[in-house]
Parts: sequence; structure tokens; C-alpha cells
Amino acid sequence: MFKRKKWTQEILFIFLVLLSIAFLAPIFIVLYNSFKGQFYISNDPFAFPNAQTFSGLKNYFNGVEKIRFFQAFGYSLFITVFSVAAIILFTSMTAWYLVRVKNWFTNLLYYLFVFSMIVPFQMVMFTMSKTINDLRLDNPVGLIVIYLGFGSGLSVFMFSGFIKSIPLEIEEAAVIDGSSPIQTFFRIVFPILQPTAITVAILNAMWIWNDYLLPYLAIGNKYRTIPVAVQYLQGGYGSRDMGALMAMLILAIIPIVIFYLFCQKYIIRGVVAGAVKG
Amino acid sequence: MDKSLKKYFPLFVLPTLAAFLIAFFIPFLMGLYLSFTEFTTVSNAKWVGLSNYYKAFSSNRDFLNALWFTIRFTIVSVITINVLAFALAMLLTRDIRGTNLFRTIFFMPNLIGGIVLGYIWQLIINGVLMNFGVDITFSAKYGFWGLVVLMNWQMIGYMMIIYIAGIQNIPGELTEAAAIDGASPFQTLCNVTIPMVAPSTTICTFLTLTNSFKLFDQNLALTAGAPGRESAMLALDIYNTFYGRIGYEGVGQAKAVIFFLMVAVIAFTQLYLTRSKEVEH
Repeated sequence: MFKRKKWTQEILFIFLVLLSIAFLAPIFIVLYNSFKGQFYISNDPFAFPNAQTFSGLKNYFNGVEKIRFFQAFGYSLFITVFSVAAIILFTSMTAWYLVRVKNWFTNLLYYLFVFSMIVPFQMVMFTMSKTINDLRLDNPVGLIVIYLGFGSGLSVFMFSGFIKSIPLEIEEAAVIDGSSPIQTFFRIVFPILQPTAITVAILNAMWIWNDYLLPYLAIGNKYRTIPVAVQYLQGGYGSRDMGALMAMLILAIIPIVIFYLFCQKYIIRGVVAGAVKG
Repeated sequence: MDKSLKKYFPLFVLPTLAAFLIAFFIPFLMGLYLSFTEFTTVSNAKWVGLSNYYKAFSSNRDFLNALWFTIRFTIVSVITINVLAFALAMLLTRDIRGTNLFRTIFFMPNLIGGIVLGYIWQLIINGVLMNFGVDITFSAKYGFWGLVVLMNWQMIGYMMIIYIAGIQNIPGELTEAAAIDGASPFQTLCNVTIPMVAPSTTICTFLTLTNSFKLFDQNLALTAGAPGRESAMLALDIYNTFYGRIGYEGVGQAKAVIFFLMVAVIAFTQLYLTRSKEVEH
């Protein structure tokens, strides 16, 4: 009985190892193709580089130059970090206000924020890019405002859900001690919000870092983030540089993998919490 | 509390509200209005009633094709992703060594952006199809199954994590009682495990449903709709209508409104189903 159980465990273990290899294979294939000369890739994508096809880091140098990768990385990082920071700060303040001040107006605002969560981007795609141009928000700083606005629905919703569970007595005690609303919020409420803030930060960071269409339409011809830069490499279908594409895919994946390995616990917890609430 | 906080509206609410109005609310209302007009820039809009909605379906077959492609794709990926993710979750809750590492690996593709995913799979799928003398742009069939594989690769790990949480929440007594009563593993699965993870199943079904239905980046990178526009899904078709054809911006906006209404129906169905379950508890 025990022996049989052990055997099935072993077989399942081997099965999972094989499955993991299959899961990682696509990335691995792109990785070794990134070291092949660009004309050897499409002919036989599954062959390892050999003496004839190996081209060293040439694809990386080519690609980095063509799409100005490090500049794109800078834009992506700048936009993601500051948008997430703005979202955390402003939407938590808004959520607290909407939960604590109850009247028809705050109610209406709350439902508007929730409503925006179900509206697909295509619905506002055209008119939003028009507004962005009219208001001269077509630059990385302006995009932060747009991400704050478009990301506020989910974030206000998640913060509100958590704030409703905070007992009012804690805040009331602070008020009696003479604390102003600003002090109450930053000294007492904001620290309690930390677990939700991490979840909100991770969900928004994943969305903004990988977002393609919004930055492409809003600032794409002047400032290219990483997804926009990768898509730009595509060019005409036949004429593109496969080698540079492979190299840039790898460079686009590396920051995500590093971030994942360091914050794995928070990321997994965050997306599960986000899934349950969203 | 209420009173003293109330006058802090400009500080606490106004920044978010202003950004929300600029990025979402005003464009949303403008979009609704423009779907009833003909325009190339917003300022030259001319009221045309429902004509855009009519044209969305009648000017060519792109929209209906995209709708049909999207529906088939959504059904196939919702089923495959959930079945495979549940099976993996069952495996990873059996105390096999290395479980944490496997979980880490299976989840990782979820973090990679749609554009990058699309090009990774374009290389792999074209590599396989090359043996048959074709590539992914040869037929919409290849684009369809390519997208299904891609979507599975991306979302299985994510859904697996949610199912694992559901399975771990099942009280141990239930499965033990089933074993004592002589239930076979298969009976335990059907009569204990699957009913007990129903909340996870609801969440996962709707997450995969909305993500598949609204898919854009992956579609653009993998096939860009090729051949022709046969493998374009709804979001890509709307994009093509807006930016591919001058004079059809209003039609694009009408398609976007229809798309929004369909997504809203899915969302309200989910809300209704989760609410009615909560009442039962």
C-alpha cells in the first residue's frame, strides 16, 4: 500500500518535471535563437546555434540600437513607478473619504468608479487619445494622470472594501486627541492599508508595465515603452529582423523574471486577492 | 468626524476625480455620443442616428466574423484553461516534493505582456507549421489554435493558483469521511472536491471569460488578423475600423459600444451569480 503510493508520487513528480520543462521551453527556444544570425532563425527555429549560425551578441547590439531599448526601458520604468505611486496615494485617500463621508454624492462617485471597471478600453480608446492630445498630456508625465484616472476604478474599489472593515473607533480616538483628517489618514489609516496597498500596487504595475495600446496611442510616436518598442520592430511582415526581435524579447522578459523572483510571494498573493475581489 | 473631513474634499477626492474625468468619464460620454454621428475628428461630428450601428454589421462581414471567432475562441479557451488548471491544482496539492518550484514555473508566463507572448509563440508555431510547408498566416484555423495554446500557456498557472487555494480550503474531514465510506478517488473528486471548489470555479470561469473575450495584444502580435482579417477578434476589429479606414470612425465607435454592452452583460451575470451564491450561505 505505502510502496504503491510512493511509486505514484515518483511518477507524478517526473511528470511535473517534464511539464515544467515544456512550460519553459518556449522562452528557452527564443533565448538560443537570439544568438543565431537573423537569417538562420526562421529556417529552423528549433536547431541550436552552431559554428555557422552563431552570431554572439550581435542581435542584442542591433536590437538595442534599432528600438533604443534602454530608453524604452527608462520610459516604462518611469511611467510604471510613478503611476503606481500616484494610484496608491490618491485612490486610497479617495476611498477613505468616500467610505467615511456618506451622502448621495459620494455614493454616486463610488458607483461611477466601480462602473468604470467593466468598461473595455476600446470603448474610450479613440476619445481618450483625442482628450490626451487636446490637453497636451501626450508625454510620460501626462500618461501618469491617465493611468491614475483609468486605474482608479479597481483601486478605489479594493481600498474601499478594506476600509469598510476597519473599526471606526480607532479613527475616532485619534480625532478626540485632536488629530486633523490629514494626520488621521497618514498616521493611522494609511499604515493599516498596507496589505491592500501591496495588492493594488502589484495589479497596477503588471497592467501598466505590459500595457501596449494606451501608450502606443497616447505617446507612441515620441516616447516608446518596451511593448511599443517591441511591436515597432515588427515593421513590415517580411522585412523584419528576426534576430533583433528574439534578442529584444529576451531583454523584455528579463526584468519581469527578476522582479518575479524577488517578489514572488507578494505577486501570487496579490493576484489571488485581486481575482477574488475583482 | 464626518463634518471635519467633509471640507477636505479638494485634497482627498479631487485629484483622483479630475484624472478619472479626463481619462475615463468624459471620453466615455463622448464615445457614446459619437457612436451616433459621422466624424473624422471629434469637432466635425454630424448626427446620423443609428446608421453606424447598422453599418457595423452591413458594410462588410468583418465584425460578424470577429464576433464569431471571439465566441468560439472564448468557449474553447475557457474550457481548456479551467480543466487543465484544475488538474494541475489537484496534482500540486498531493504533497509531491518540489511543489513550490512547480507552482512558480507554471505561474510565470502570466506576468509576460501580450505583445511579447505573441511573438514568442509566433516563432514556435511557425517552426512547427514549417514542417507542413505553411505558416500561421496561411489559415485562420492556425491563428485560432495558436491563440488557444498561447492563452492556455499564459493563464493556466494563474487559474491553478486560485484552484489550489480553493482545494486547500476544503476541510480535511470531508475527504476523510468520504474515504471511510469507501468512496473511490473518482467519486471523491466528483462528489466532494468539485462541488467544494465551486466558488473558485466561478471566479476562474469569469476571469478567463473576460480575458479571452477582450483579448487584443496577443491577437495583434501573433497574427494581426492574418490571413486578411479572418483571425481578428472583436477588439482588433474595432481598432482596425477606427484607424484603418477613414470615414469609418463612427462605425468603429458603434462597434465599441456594442462590445462594451456585451462585456457588461458578462460582468452583470457574474455579479448576479456570485451574489445569489452568497445568499445561500
